[in-house]
Amino acid sequence: MSTTAAPTPGASREDLARLEEGWGERPSLRSWFSTVDHKRIGRRYLVTASLFFVLAGLSALAMRTQLARPESRLLSPQEYNQLFTMHGTAMIFLFATPMLFGFGNFLVPLMIGARDMAFPKLNAFGYWVFLFAGLFMWASLPFGAAPNAGWFAYVPLTDEGNTPGLHMDVYSLGLLFLGIATTAGSINFIVTALKLRAPGMSLNRVPLFVWAIVATAFMVIFALPALNADNALLFLDRRFGTHFFDPAHGGNALLWQHLFWIFGHPDVYIIVMPALGIVSAVLPAFTRRGVVGYALVVFAMASIAIISFGVWVHHMFATGLPQLSYGFFSAASTIITIPSGIQIFAWLATMLLGRLVLKVPLLFVIGFIVTFVLGGFTGTMFALTAFDQQVTDSYFVVAHFHYVLIGGAVFPILAAIYYWLPKITGRMYHEGLGRWAFWLFFTGMHVTFFPMHLYGLFGMPRRVYTYPNEPGWAGWNLVATAGSYVLAIGLLLVLIGVVHAVRRGRPAPPDPWGGDTLEWSTDSPPKPYNFPVLPQVHSLHPTWDETSRTSMTEGATDDRIMADGRRTLATSELDGRRERTVDMPESSLQPLLLALAMLVFFTSMLFGWYPVAIVAGLVVAATIAVWLWPTRRPEQELGVR
Amino acid sequence: MSTRDGIAAATSTEALTTELPAGRSLGWWGMVMFVATEATLFACLIGSYFYLRFQHGGPWPPDGIAKPALLRPLMMTAVLLPSSIPVVWAERGIRRGQRWRLRTGLAATLVLGVTFLVLVATEYAETLREFTMTTNAYGSLFYVITGFHGFHVFVGLTMISWLLVASLRGGSFGAHRHDRVRNVAIYWHFVDVVWAAIVFSLYLTPRLS
Repeated sequence: MSTTAAPTPGASREDLARLEEGWGERPSLRSWFSTVDHKRIGRRYLVTASLFFVLAGLSALAMRTQLARPESRLLSPQEYNQLFTMHGTAMIFLFATPMLFGFGNFLVPLMIGARDMAFPKLNAFGYWVFLFAGLFMWASLPFGAAPNAGWFAYVPLTDEGNTPGLHMDVYSLGLLFLGIATTAGSINFIVTALKLRAPGMSLNRVPLFVWAIVATAFMVIFALPALNADNALLFLDRRFGTHFFDPAHGGNALLWQHLFWIFGHPDVYIIVMPALGIVSAVLPAFTRRGVVGYALVVFAMASIAIISFGVWVHHMFATGLPQLSYGFFSAASTIITIPSGIQIFAWLATMLLGRLVLKVPLLFVIGFIVTFVLGGFTGTMFALTAFDQQVTDSYFVVAHFHYVLIGGAVFPILAAIYYWLPKITGRMYHEGLGRWAFWLFFTGMHVTFFPMHLYGLFGMPRRVYTYPNEPGWAGWNLVATAGSYVLAIGLLLVLIGVVHAVRRGRPAPPDPWGGDTLEWSTDSPPKPYNFPVLPQVHSLHPTWDETSRTSMTEGATDDRIMADGRRTLATSELDGRRERTVDMPESSLQPLLLALAMLVFFTSMLFGWYPVAIVAGLVVAATIAVWLWPTRRPEQELGVR
Repeated sequence: MSTRDGIAAATSTEALTTELPAGRSLGWWGMVMFVATEATLFACLIGSYFYLRFQHGGPWPPDGIAKPALLRPLMMTAVLLPSSIPVVWAERGIRRGQRWRLRTGLAATLVLGVTFLVLVATEYAETLREFTMTTNAYGSLFYVITGFHGFHVFVGLTMISWLLVASLRGGSFGAHRHDRVRNVAIYWHFVDVVWAAIVFSLYLTPRLS
């Protein structure tokens, strides 16, 4: 099974020509701006999110350089505040989620055997909004007006009196703008996974990565409104004199924290869960068997998605809330480790029972397990209120969440880059270079962040731009700074590896790893229409299963080719029974226009040009009205009496 | 392949299912998810209202502001909640291909919705004399929550006008194509139900304490 080439298409030459005519795009400036192809959009998400990752990473290197020695004056306190705020905000909002959404965009339609996302134009719109929101926030940094009160922006520090200037307006408006992209993307993932699965792909045959993306999207739907409400209220307080967070006029500063963490804790899983999905997708190819306990892993994902909404107060154990609520949230925070543990043991069992193929993606998966479990240990320590109150706001917290987020998101993302690079670019990467990158990154990561546990326990607070020469602080800080450079070199080698693969890599076969999911049943890179023949799915591992594979070759039927126009199949939500064909939209400039109008809206809100904002709002409404305007059809086709 | 000829194409699932679409459409799911996330947003705002109110303690509304008058909000409710009925009637009509029902129903809802917004404006004209958004947290909550809902009514009315124009043009909707009508109807029902939650929270509960 490891040598399967892409099946000889069961579609005839004329079918292929008609498919190419319907779906292909001639390279031109216009098509670059108007494309709605989920693969191009997915690639753009990946490249743009990586760019923001580099910016946020360089901010971190500047901070580590400053902290290498005590009493350093390389950066001013004002600069340092903006750097750590932008580092955190960008890593969470502009890198982690968009990067994973990029993989989702590229892979979900391929994994479920569809020709595009459910709403391709909305997908293109989501990308442009993400790009503009990211630029909106980063553009403030050269002007010294970047957000500067930490990524969770607590009031009263962030109210107008304590942080004057545009800084926190950039934060609240930027995140509201970005929220539009995240919400649109999530709705698109849910509808795509519910309705566009290939016939025969009932819910118990959905790949774990797709389950993870859907669970994540549901968390976004119900968590993100809390952040949006919070930021809207903050902006109103700062700009228009309302009193939501102002205790002197009946408001309450803790309202900010509650709303922020009602979003913020699910967000930890919004970041980590798709990454765990990546792990479940990579393992079968490199252990030569399916993930152990498929149903249990799905159950674990669903229960994490639900329980994650009941643990937010563990971020607020130091705020003086009633003891009873601490007891409840402490218990919930301990319970959520059970489904997380189920997944870890499922992967360990998969590796134990399978035959390991030790290539770079698997190395990163193993690095993920080691790092993430260490972060999980300190996580269970934080679930205990008494311990939490001792170390909160110290470097121990910084160590903990970097273990969780680098372990839980960055390692899987790097595994995904190596694993799917052949599918995305059609080129193989250099294995030796990849191994060097892994070992440098792994070593650098632990040398950077492990010492932070120590000097956190020695009492060093987080978010200080410099520090006095206390016993135990200076030496370990120097070690951490040295580690951060090693880590950066490792990441540089990843970048070099990707560029090398794109320019010089040898061409990739359709299925270089012998993977089990449907994306390995089609070309590398896939044609614009993804599959000449949509598959009929007969098992959880369609590419490993003869019947599903031949459904795309000898077993091809016309109603799964649909060569005319741009069409894909809609199936029923639970059983994946065929329902109807769906016409997919053509490429269009409307998504870009709509996103631009929104950029003008948010920019004019920032600078207080309210008449311009109103005009931009009208352009937004008009664009949507034209976008959705029904095409005129003959009465007979409509069914009018 | 031998099966590929004209007869097969005419009897394929594709040809058969264009007659009677089966199952929920993509747009239906998209709108339901959108309404779910919007409803959560309103839940956060109403949750903030109760959080600030109970953390504040003492008389509510604070600072000697009178309890909200009930007559007008009840009139608003009597206008807005029934405005869903013509939408349902219009949607059922177009499902049978009766365009006149679609047009009449949408027009009736439009009139009711605009009446609601006029009532909101007259209410603001009175309350603004007593307190504003910047008076205290109660004022901020009152105007932001009702204003945000009013904006949703306005957006809903824009959608309904848009549907009405499209249906007057002809060639837009019929028994086989009415996804957009259904999606706008879902949004409108949502805006109605949220109003019921707001009347209960902002107008009725201050009288319970």
